[in-house]
Amino acid sequence: MAVVFERPKSLKETKFHYCPGCHHGIIHRLVAEVIDELKLQEKTIAILPVGCAVLGYEYFDVDCIEAAHGRAPAVATGVKRCRPETFVFTYQGDGDLASIGTAEIIHAAARGENISVIYVNNAIYGMTGGQMAPTTLLGQKTTTSPQGRKAELTGYPLRVCEMLATLQGVTYLERTSVHDPKHVRKTKKAIKEAFQVQLAGKGFALVEVLSACPTNWRMSPERALDFVKNQMINYYPLGVFKSLEEVE
Amino acid sequence: MQKRKVIFQEDLCKGCELCKIACPRGIIKMADYINTMGYHPAQLSEPEKCSGCLSCALMCPDVVIRVERGGVA
Repeated sequence: MAVVFERPKSLKETKFHYCPGCHHGIIHRLVAEVIDELKLQEKTIAILPVGCAVLGYEYFDVDCIEAAHGRAPAVATGVKRCRPETFVFTYQGDGDLASIGTAEIIHAAARGENISVIYVNNAIYGMTGGQMAPTTLLGQKTTTSPQGRKAELTGYPLRVCEMLATLQGVTYLERTSVHDPKHVRKTKKAIKEAFQVQLAGKGFALVEVLSACPTNWRMSPERALDFVKNQMINYYPLGVFKSLEEVE
Repeated sequence: MQKRKVIFQEDLCKGCELCKIACPRGIIKMADYINTMGYHPAQLSEPEKCSGCLSCALMCPDVVIRVERGGVA
């Protein structure tokens, strides 16, 4: 019998601490699969965020650095500039990247740093118990917007890909989702593309992955999939915002 | 026909049912017992109907599923 699907080598045997139905596990696995396929395990340095993925060093079997909240792109910049032979990626959530770390991500992108960013957008603060994030959809209920998010009070959700697409330093930008097997395959392709941009020394690449947080959305994992499919994708359209061919 | 073998590591399963939703043939069901974490783990109800399409394995957030293919049935 030939094994056609198993745990990637770059993912430790440790059980994930994520809630049932959380998409972090899928995205972790995809990142590890791509690291395996590109044979990067030995030279990878992962920069981890503050948020649910803060314990990523327990799961990724590569060298890891834990950055201060939102500062992963700045740490990655330092690592990549000092050790250009390594492969550096950051793994950040929306509370990390799109809120406290907005300045860091914009300037790392504007400088065209040769790093890869995996940005997991689940429209809520997961680790701290479901507060409103800058990416929370209008009308979405969270513990700090119990009546649903209102534009008059808290403005509009932040579209990171669209914002970064205006910057010249960015080489690759794509938004994907993992709500069904087809989109999981697409996400893996996008991550691989982003990693290859860095390997070719072509500059900054970011993949935004729309992800579900059933626990804090107060939904079953099944309803959370529908929420991603019917609500999130409406506001955060999927697609490639910038690619290597366009830049060259 | 090729043989397909889908193996569930039941003690890793958190019973989120994402695999069950993804299965195009609807042959994954949740066990009536609980695993060491207290969840009802997913299992194949009719293994002979499995096409080995990997949909369940792709969706599983806890890397519970391992798929093998090959041999002649």
